[in-house]
Amino acid sequence: MADDASFAPTRRTLLKTGAAAGGGLFLSWGLDAQGAATAKASAASLNAYVSIAPSGAITILSKNPECGQGVMTMLPMVIAEELDADWSKVTIKEAMLDVDKFGFQSAGGSNSARFNYDPLRRVGAAGKQMLIEAAATTWKVPASECTAAMSVVTHGPSGRKLSYGKLASKAARIPAPDVKTVALKDPKDFKIVGQSARGFDSPKVIKGEPLFGIDTRLPGMLYAVFVKCPVHGGTLKSAKLDAVLASPGVKKAFTVKGNGEFNGLADGVAIVADSWWRAQKAKAKLEVEWDEGPTAGQSSAQYAATSERLGPGPGQKVFHKDGDADAALARSAKVLKASYSYPFIAHATLEPQNCTAQFKDGKLEIWAPSQRPKPGLDLLTKALNISASDVTIHITRMGGGFGRRLMADFMIESAWIAREMNGPPVKLVHDRPADLGHDFYRPGGFHHLTAGIDDKGKIIAWKDHFVTYSDRNDPTKPAFACEASAVDPPARLVPDVTVEVSMMPMGFATGPLRAPRYNAIAFVYQSFVDELAHAAGRDPLEVQLELLGPPRVLPGSAEDAVDVGRLRAVLVKAAEMSGWGKTDLPARTGMGIAAYACMHGYFAEVARVHVAQTGAVKVEKMWVACDVGDTLINPTGALNQVQGGVIDGLGHALNAAVTFDKGRPVQTNFDSYPLIRMPAAPDVEVAFLMTDNPLSGLGEPALPPALPALCNAIFAATGVRIRSLPIDTKLLKA
Amino acid sequence: MPYAITVNGKKHTVDVEDDTPLLWVLRDTIGLVGPKFGCGGGFCGACTVHLEGTAVRSCQIQISKVGAKAVTTIEGVDASAIGRKVQKAWIDHDVIQCGYCQAGQIMSATALLTKTPQPSDADIDRAMVGNICRCATYVRIKSAIRQAAGLTPELTTPPAPLQIAVRSSTSAKGA
Repeated sequence: MADDASFAPTRRTLLKTGAAAGGGLFLSWGLDAQGAATAKASAASLNAYVSIAPSGAITILSKNPECGQGVMTMLPMVIAEELDADWSKVTIKEAMLDVDKFGFQSAGGSNSARFNYDPLRRVGAAGKQMLIEAAATTWKVPASECTAAMSVVTHGPSGRKLSYGKLASKAARIPAPDVKTVALKDPKDFKIVGQSARGFDSPKVIKGEPLFGIDTRLPGMLYAVFVKCPVHGGTLKSAKLDAVLASPGVKKAFTVKGNGEFNGLADGVAIVADSWWRAQKAKAKLEVEWDEGPTAGQSSAQYAATSERLGPGPGQKVFHKDGDADAALARSAKVLKASYSYPFIAHATLEPQNCTAQFKDGKLEIWAPSQRPKPGLDLLTKALNISASDVTIHITRMGGGFGRRLMADFMIESAWIAREMNGPPVKLVHDRPADLGHDFYRPGGFHHLTAGIDDKGKIIAWKDHFVTYSDRNDPTKPAFACEASAVDPPARLVPDVTVEVSMMPMGFATGPLRAPRYNAIAFVYQSFVDELAHAAGRDPLEVQLELLGPPRVLPGSAEDAVDVGRLRAVLVKAAEMSGWGKTDLPARTGMGIAAYACMHGYFAEVARVHVAQTGAVKVEKMWVACDVGDTLINPTGALNQVQGGVIDGLGHALNAAVTFDKGRPVQTNFDSYPLIRMPAAPDVEVAFLMTDNPLSGLGEPALPPALPALCNAIFAATGVRIRSLPIDTKLLKA
Repeated sequence: MPYAITVNGKKHTVDVEDDTPLLWVLRDTIGLVGPKFGCGGGFCGACTVHLEGTAVRSCQIQISKVGAKAVTTIEGVDASAIGRKVQKAWIDHDVIQCGYCQAGQIMSATALLTKTPQPSDADIDRAMVGNICRCATYVRIKSAIRQAAGLTPELTTPPAPLQIAVRSSTSAKGA
């Protein structure tokens, strides 16, 4: 896809989601496509992705793991478009892990659309060229006289037609053209990309068919639980297994010596039985002694106290400095100080971590609900000291990912257990307390902020003392996902900015969670900007636009570049959609606005909330304006991602916190770790601003602005500023 | 010990301990994996099935308490006209993201509409509050239930039709 869009005069089109009921514009699937009666042995393969049966049934492989982001349907749409396939005859199958064939197979970073759009267009176009050549050879006419549409090649001058089904076996013998130079369609001729296609597997989901990793069933399969030290990083001292082994159905129980890596293999005890419930029941009889290690002395209260002690002083190091923030503060008309904090949170995928593996005759086969199976394979081969050529990985559908399944711990554990069992397949399933207790948490953090505004209420100085956590093995380095960034706003927007960092020891496993870092920073940054606007007596939207300044691209790496014009445009649009500036709202009802750009997506969101006398917060509605470039591959999926991401963000703000006591996560299940439920979920109205920019992904960037939009609305409704998450409704009582 | 239970109209005899949750009998013994394991504590609703038409959390019901009561799982919900309507509404609205919770959501929605054919929004909230959707597809779930009930979906979904509303020539890229 063109990367020089900046040369073209930009035509911005607003694609607004309609309010009308019913479908009507969905692409439809044929009966063939949903059933099993599709491309079988007789199908001809045009390339790694596409095979076509004589019946015309087309099978397209989806290369990336599906965790709810809709990639399984979306990526094949791109191939089918350039193939000029009849979409109703397309069947989609999940590819095996094979990076030589498919390149990097990953669900992360909202990157699937961005990285695969152009390459997969070329895959489809190459396939079409082969089918056209097959037809031209059959008819002995120039290929240039032939066109393709809806799985049929037509010879223009004679009007002769041949279906893809009839051409496929001949086409498969034609040398594949160079994908780099193959002709692509003009997007204005698209028939599939840009239309809504329902999730391919949805008809199976509504019937309860086995699709997920946890649904894997194999002949002679056994079931396992794996018990780890409740304190992260703890090691096994001793275990008494007699009672466990005597428990009904237990086949084997054994201790595992880990490799000390969080994203590896922990010490633990494996219990394998003939049913999962029997393995789970046997666990209750386990007597085990752990060396809990240094993390046993840590708690959330201690982290907060350390931050409070460090916060007012200078940081352990100056991490980033633009201009002279102290001088700018000295000349400010008004200086505001505030401390913001956010907690550790868990991914809490609804499908608990699990994995099925079979080790037989020296070969390992594994059914992995993994967002990133290749790095998982690498870690697994290292931990088990086994050759990658002896490992086969099936990528299964996942009951949510959110970043948790970027990790490989469950793959390694199940492989280790399967090798110990040597023969039968083993399904390892962690129960909810184990899943919550051994997450790679989104780290908490503390931001001690000082900012100055001039006599016109303009933000001219910004200092952030970020108190975060050091790596358990190297106190000079931040722990995983606990890093600061030099490009987090308002750096590049305010001329005088200082970010100082202090770190404290922390022994828990941490990692990326949906829109990593941004999901926390957006709350801090966009809440404090709102706070400064109110302190200046100004409209928050006006201050936001002033802070952004004129349209321009902020300097940074390809991943960090922010186009201010796009952010301005979504802010203005969200304000317009929501009727921003309304003054006739009922008592204790308010609106808040926030915007954030991340992962190449630009999102502005407005929340309208009502806060009851009791302090209970009701989000009445969310308005979202976003810009993810020039193409929505699958608009229904795009809208679903945005709505879900926004409500997920509201859930973070309203509910989510993992706290630690004596080195243990306190929350064990969804009673103490509540997730957002239907009554709390508002309607989310979305507008997509279509711009001449390369398309980007939608799994994550809708989430971050939802939190500050909500908290800013709460301030508008009550005058109470939320500076710590999750929202404490006791503070909001009338 | 052996227990005789009826699932989706079919009789099964299962030999399991009396405290085995119905969920695990369905998933591991009978092989019906539509009901999902989410929390094991009755908090998330992923394991929802019908017991004599009432939505229950199968992870909380021991096999010894099932007796002669008819069990319906997602695999058998299409035996009822309401179940089929709910399933169709789920597809029409393209509700599903990861899909892990949706069997439970459909079972709860079907039980609701069987007892309350014309539910208010508050009725829907009450019936569905026990079912977590971690992907937060609640807007579409609610709209789908309204469609299945023959009510006008009032929310901003479903997504179609998409309309091109505005064209402008202002530069988004700037200087």
